[in-house]
Amino acid sequence: MKTLLTVIFSLFAFTCSASGKTELMHADIDLSDNVSLKRGAEHYVTYCLGCHSAKHIRYLRIAEDFELNEDVVLKDIAPVGASIYDSMLSAMDKHDSKRWFGNVPPDLSLIARSRGSDWLYTYLKSFYRDNTKTHGTNNALFKDVGMPNVLWKLQGEQVPHYSDAENQIISSLSLARPGELSPSEFDTVVTDLVNFLDYVGEPAKLKRQQMGKYVLFFILILGFIGYLLKKEYWKDIH
Amino acid sequence: MNNSGVDKTRRQFLTNALTVVGAVGTGFVAVPFLSQMQPSVKAKATGAPVQVNLSKLEPGQLIRVEWRGKPVWILNRTEAALSTLAPLESELSDPNSAESLQPVAAQNSTRSLKPEIFVAIGLCTHLGCSPTYRPEIAPTDLGKDWQGGFFCPCHGSKFDIAGRVYSGMPAPTNLEIPPYRYIDDNNIVIGDNA
Amino acid sequence: MNSPRFNNFVNWILARFPLTKVWNEHLAEYYAPKNFNFWYFFGSLALLVLVNQFATGIMLTINYKPDSALAFDSVEYIMRDVDWGWLIRYMHSTGASAFFIVVYLHMFRGLLYGSFKKPRELVWIFGMLIYVCLMAEAFMGYLLPWGQMSYWGAQVIISLFSAIPIVGEDLSLWIRGDYVVADATLNRFFAFHVAAIPLVLVLLVFLHIVALHQVGSNNPDGIEIKENKGPDGIPVDGIPFHPYYTVKDIVGICVFVFFFSVVLFYMPELEGYFLEHANFIPADPLQTPEHIAPLWYFTPFYAILRAVPDKFAGVLAMGGAIFVLFLLPWLDTVKVKSIRYRGGIYKKALFLFVISFFGLGYLGMQAPTPSATIAARFLTVVYFSFFLLMPIYTRWEKFKTVPKRLTSNSSIGDQLPLIKQAVSDITQDTVVTTKSGKTLHLKTPNPSGLRSASVDLAKKMKDSLD
Repeated sequence: MKTLLTVIFSLFAFTCSASGKTELMHADIDLSDNVSLKRGAEHYVTYCLGCHSAKHIRYLRIAEDFELNEDVVLKDIAPVGASIYDSMLSAMDKHDSKRWFGNVPPDLSLIARSRGSDWLYTYLKSFYRDNTKTHGTNNALFKDVGMPNVLWKLQGEQVPHYSDAENQIISSLSLARPGELSPSEFDTVVTDLVNFLDYVGEPAKLKRQQMGKYVLFFILILGFIGYLLKKEYWKDIH
Repeated sequence: MNNSGVDKTRRQFLTNALTVVGAVGTGFVAVPFLSQMQPSVKAKATGAPVQVNLSKLEPGQLIRVEWRGKPVWILNRTEAALSTLAPLESELSDPNSAESLQPVAAQNSTRSLKPEIFVAIGLCTHLGCSPTYRPEIAPTDLGKDWQGGFFCPCHGSKFDIAGRVYSGMPAPTNLEIPPYRYIDDNNIVIGDNA
Repeated sequence: MNSPRFNNFVNWILARFPLTKVWNEHLAEYYAPKNFNFWYFFGSLALLVLVNQFATGIMLTINYKPDSALAFDSVEYIMRDVDWGWLIRYMHSTGASAFFIVVYLHMFRGLLYGSFKKPRELVWIFGMLIYVCLMAEAFMGYLLPWGQMSYWGAQVIISLFSAIPIVGEDLSLWIRGDYVVADATLNRFFAFHVAAIPLVLVLLVFLHIVALHQVGSNNPDGIEIKENKGPDGIPVDGIPFHPYYTVKDIVGICVFVFFFSVVLFYMPELEGYFLEHANFIPADPLQTPEHIAPLWYFTPFYAILRAVPDKFAGVLAMGGAIFVLFLLPWLDTVKVKSIRYRGGIYKKALFLFVISFFGLGYLGMQAPTPSATIAARFLTVVYFSFFLLMPIYTRWEKFKTVPKRLTSNSSIGDQLPLIKQAVSDITQDTVVTTKSGKTLHLKTPNPSGLRSASVDLAKKMKDSLD
């Protein structure tokens, strides 16, 4: 019996320790921060929408959820000519994008749900200069990604430091040429963008979490009355 | 099991309390189930206001646009057609449109914001067929009293050129006028009267 | 309510429909043992989850489109554009996992108290058929969102059928209706998921309950209460199901719904266990996700499949792992039902079985590294040994005497002083003075208390296995 258990547990310990992962940076996002969300939406339209649609979100929904006037959304966020009922569609031609980037840029409506916000945050901050690539950039988290660093003007240019130069294992990145923004300002831009993407992944998330406590409270009351009734009836049973 | 000496009132009270709270809970649960059958945001988006340019609409011409999936007629009425409205009033079931649906601003003798431009939902108020536009005077099939208007092929309801129903027809009220407004002289928006 | 007119109406109905008879036979005069414990909540909870799945499932079909070009987007349409659609969808997806949690606990109760033994063999068989149907239902339902995991999961599982000699290839082609998982597969899985299997499920649940009510419920003591009847012909240790167990089940339901709602409102993906992250990417027939694992409730069987080096043998082992459960009433020849009066051998065997089930479940989620495969092979042997060696190892079992009458259960109220005692044993009062000059009495962990408590716990666990 004892030897059996030892064997089982040691096997588990063995299999658990086998995997290693890249550390992700933490995205400090807040879905209830409408100001950050609005900035994120503006950045999305400016820097991302050129290539990436977010076809599952409408400008109308953005106006409702961020508590913005529809006209403000059309003026500040939506591209020129969009209707409030439109989805966030990219104008890019799919064949062109395939030729330029080797791939059709994916729709980003659900990217925060498949990748997670920390991954997105880390990804957007992990571009570095790599002259062997056609776009001149590469990404430490997503190696050989087809996407260029669209935020380079804001961030500046990062260069890699290798812990193992032969196998191209990157230990850290550092800023070689500063961009228009200071590093902390740039972090805010990325945080806002990730916050917006997290919102787009599940627009009902905030509402869901806000509702939860009322539902749980109600069930507690119901359960309490039910418990009293059960105790009352079970007085009969000896 | 021994029921003697049991506090029946407490038992009854708790049962009632549980029933009431449970019924409230069931009510809460019913809301999402019932309201998810309401028109979705997508349906509302296709029900968005429609803008129409009228500059090419000739006198006597009727165009149809779609709003919320329904046909909306826009008719440019001639002076002659408008002159048929007043004499017909005695033959109509609701000449002043008191029982009919229209924006307040269009509840007048021509049932429109501007006398010549007539906007209406092209669905019979009887069972929802779309009436045909019959501008000609006294055609053989509609009789020599026909002054021009709309005729429903499904159940024979007759409407005048302002969509008002004749007396004794299956249709209960005049054709519905949707909310609409003029942006400028040549452009109207249907579905929005703000 | 007592007006003559109402009574006439009731009599009119009763003359034509056996409402009172059904009510009495299955609720008001269905006598259940009075000592049901925690484990006996899961039958009624399974019924509750079934109703939830039906109600939310029907609402989802209103907006879902079983078309490979539209399916993925229609699910997002439900999540965003349909009023409360997100809630209905999460109720359905959380309900699917909750169903398996409840059913696994319900089945484990059967193992604990011998509920599958004579005269309840048919109850167990019907229950097992429900479980198999549930697996088919879950598998087909999982294809419908048409995400990457839906697609590749279905591709892998349907390919299992191709392992069957001679007919295999044709069989998997026939199931898919295409050469790969495609629109045709989605369309037919939709039909089975929303119409065919639910009908069979309802029928089986009906049969499960009819069979149970014919022989009566088992209980934690494993004693047949019908063998000890009072002068009125009612089992002495039986109480009417209604109102006693209906009010008790309401409490159980509230507790269940509480935990269900915590998942529903705060963590509907449950870290990828209830909704997998890769399933938020639309199905792409040209690109397999890096790591495919079925949802958690299939992983023990998936691990068994991967543990066997031969494809067809693996499929047989996986099927056998489920089939062997059907044989349980005949593998366990011991007359004593409840684990309370069984010998240490069965307790230890059951303990190892539980470990193998969880272990396989864990390994089924991991990538198949060589060491994981060895572990899975070992646990597969443990899993099958529990069943197949049962006729042998139970021969040496030493039983305790089974009492004639039910023993009483301690209620939560009775256990409160014990819990208080345990808490005071492992904590100590510390007086802390805050900066503002207030004194606080804090409970901090007491190391020596904790140590002795854990030693006691370990001793108790060891004793309970003897």
